[in-house]
Amino acid sequence: MSKTVLMKGNEALAEAAIIAGCRQYFAYPITPQNEIPAYMSRRMPEVGGTFLQAESELAAISMVLGAAAGGVRAMTSSSSPGMALKQEGISYIAGSELPCVLVNVMRGGPGLGAIAGAQGDYFQATRGGGNGDYRTIVLAPGSAQELADFTVDAFDLADQYRIPVLILADGYIGQMSEPVVLPEPTGKTFEKPWALTGAKGRSKNIIASLKLIPDNALEEHNLHLQEKYDLISENIRRIDTYHTDNAEWLIVAYGTAARIARKAVDRLRDEGVKAGLFRPLSLWPFPDRELHEIARNAGKVLTVEMSMGQLVEDVKLSVNGEVEVDLYGRAGGAVPALDDIIERINSYERENHTHVQAS
Amino acid sequence: MTEELIIAGFGGQGVLLTGRLLCVAAMRQGKHVSHIPSYGAEMRGGTANCSVVISDEEIASPVIERPSIVIALNGPSVAKFESRIRPGGLLIWNSSLVKMAPTRSDLVLIPLDATDLSLAEGTERGANMAAIGALLKLKPDLVPMDAVEAALDEVISARNRKHNPVNRRILHAGYEITEKINAA
Amino acid sequence: MSAKTIPMYKRPKGLTDVRTHYCAGCGHGIIHKLIAEALEELEVLDRTILIAPVGCAVLAYKYIEVDGLEAAHGRAPAVATGLKRALPDKMVISYQGDGDLLAIGTGETIHTANRGEDITIIFVNNAVYGMTGGQMAPTTLEGQKTLTSPYGRNPAEVGFPIRACELLDTLESPVYIERTSVHNPASVRKTKKAILKALKYQKEGLGYSFVEILSMCPTNLGVEPVVGADWVKDAMIPWFPLKKFRDRPEEKKEEKQAS
Repeated sequence: MSKTVLMKGNEALAEAAIIAGCRQYFAYPITPQNEIPAYMSRRMPEVGGTFLQAESELAAISMVLGAAAGGVRAMTSSSSPGMALKQEGISYIAGSELPCVLVNVMRGGPGLGAIAGAQGDYFQATRGGGNGDYRTIVLAPGSAQELADFTVDAFDLADQYRIPVLILADGYIGQMSEPVVLPEPTGKTFEKPWALTGAKGRSKNIIASLKLIPDNALEEHNLHLQEKYDLISENIRRIDTYHTDNAEWLIVAYGTAARIARKAVDRLRDEGVKAGLFRPLSLWPFPDRELHEIARNAGKVLTVEMSMGQLVEDVKLSVNGEVEVDLYGRAGGAVPALDDIIERINSYERENHTHVQAS
Repeated sequence: MTEELIIAGFGGQGVLLTGRLLCVAAMRQGKHVSHIPSYGAEMRGGTANCSVVISDEEIASPVIERPSIVIALNGPSVAKFESRIRPGGLLIWNSSLVKMAPTRSDLVLIPLDATDLSLAEGTERGANMAAIGALLKLKPDLVPMDAVEAALDEVISARNRKHNPVNRRILHAGYEITEKINAA
Repeated sequence: MSAKTIPMYKRPKGLTDVRTHYCAGCGHGIIHKLIAEALEELEVLDRTILIAPVGCAVLAYKYIEVDGLEAAHGRAPAVATGLKRALPDKMVISYQGDGDLLAIGTGETIHTANRGEDITIIFVNNAVYGMTGGQMAPTTLEGQKTLTSPYGRNPAEVGFPIRACELLDTLESPVYIERTSVHNPASVRKTKKAILKALKYQKEGLGYSFVEILSMCPTNLGVEPVVGADWVKDAMIPWFPLKKFRDRPEEKKEEKQAS
């Protein structure tokens, strides 16, 4: 077992990709994920892999498409505006059913925004930011350790389902150094008979998202994709819960926002207020049934996010009108304040109390 | 125990390294730690700074709004962070370089001739070590001196490890002079 | 001459026996055939991957008997880069049109050449966007009328047609750059030689090679196939001279040995 080391999240992720067997990495510089390409530029030559600084995000994601089509593990990383550019290639990769790992270390937007951490790309990540009906698995780490662990896992999920897997982390998670125990390789292997390795001893393979003939080819392809997405939705249900068993007030958050929310739960519990935290670890598929189950017993759900009402939409879809849902959002690099979360929950307590007295 | 520190100074004063050193030392003591630099364009020119949290509990945010401790290795850092320190907090400031002394009366203000202590050992790059020495003296529960000394070999790159005997001497000099400041 | 020594014209092994979707008088079919012949001669059909562009040749992989891959519009050189880096023993061909290579993919075109990626670019220049119905291309000639230059291309407004070979010839890395044409049988034979050379260099691992092929699109010119071929000769070649711009395999071999 590896020992604990102090590692920056971005670097823990990069090393984890190498541990997972990724040998093809293409990216374009952008803050706050620059440690990933810098790390890869040192490490890839050591392990016989490729690090290539692409001429653009469009090129980088297309390089990933090319490498993935060759049947090898490939990755790119970027941050919000760069991720916007990558959507072209992501849609093609999804349509071509190629496996790869994508990393978005989010910064504030819209536009050039700012470089401090944010979560404003939730819609872009979970709704499919490119054209067409497609999905990518989205994992949401909340620490340097989870950045590393989820990355190793992401490569297996990508190969298993032939789908892009996106690691969605806010800039603080990527920039922060924390104690990390580097994960072990999983040892899983995946046959890739579809890979483009030259038609030797087999008929030729073609990988393309264009489906023209027959007339219903594209709809058939989409139905096939939906079947796959349904299967993934059945199989991937990732959550972390904290004091949710008897929670009267449930907080939903991920990433840095969830770390602060967890502290708020501690403080509130110290004061005798029954708060709990539901942290989705997969944002697509969103663990809606699990959230519904837990939230139905709560008086109110507070969504805490570093965006202005994105995660809250999935929370509302999950509880489907059965429970009141409130939002505390911060944006532009601001992090939710511990005291603000505590005060919001306390205000629910007071309202509740007043209401009981009045009736 | 939870301490939220901001360490700030010019680029080249070893600000990030100082933060990592404290984190690794505390981590080896079983503490929860986080370290996050100010990154990108904001650290060009003016000051570089990093935020360090050392705690017995899990750490919520690595981002520090109101630090409990600030180590300011240059003037701009005092100007930037003095007002943000929590009442009752600690400000260790480099009196070798800082012209405008901090003025808040609700803080523990520790002037430390950090650069001079470093120069006494023949380098101007050890002011951060002197400041850590002072910090260890003032906050004995944070992390013990021997843990920091051990962490030096882990954090400092192989190329620069030959300077560690000097680093240790400056570290102790900072610690000892702070005893005197306190006594005075 | 005995019957034995007369070369028989036959469909190359690498060309799929199907009817293509190309219009009468289009050059793509000829160029596909030349690629198939070259791959067969070099005995690399079973280790080649053809990357099709967005454009009329989007289905090129249906016609050549090698593994096929699709790229987004303009990104074929980047896709080729990723694939070749992942599988350096394979042959990778990026087949592109003028809009793909010189408009939406200009960045990829230049940087892939500049890195000297060990791939072969086949650039089919017919001075018009074919698949989308005949819009102005970056290589549309001065005064040429298209769907989006109905008064003729006006350089004062949209610049002059871009010469890809000349542009790439400013870069150090490419091993081979040549412009050929397929407007008549002699040109077709020269084009075959160029394609063969480019692929041979890749087989030897010598790096980036670029073959620009002037081709005809009579459909979008609104002319008979024969007129389309003449137009290449009379209108295109004066602006896009047929020329070998770069051919330095020995230098590349030395560099390779040195590294």
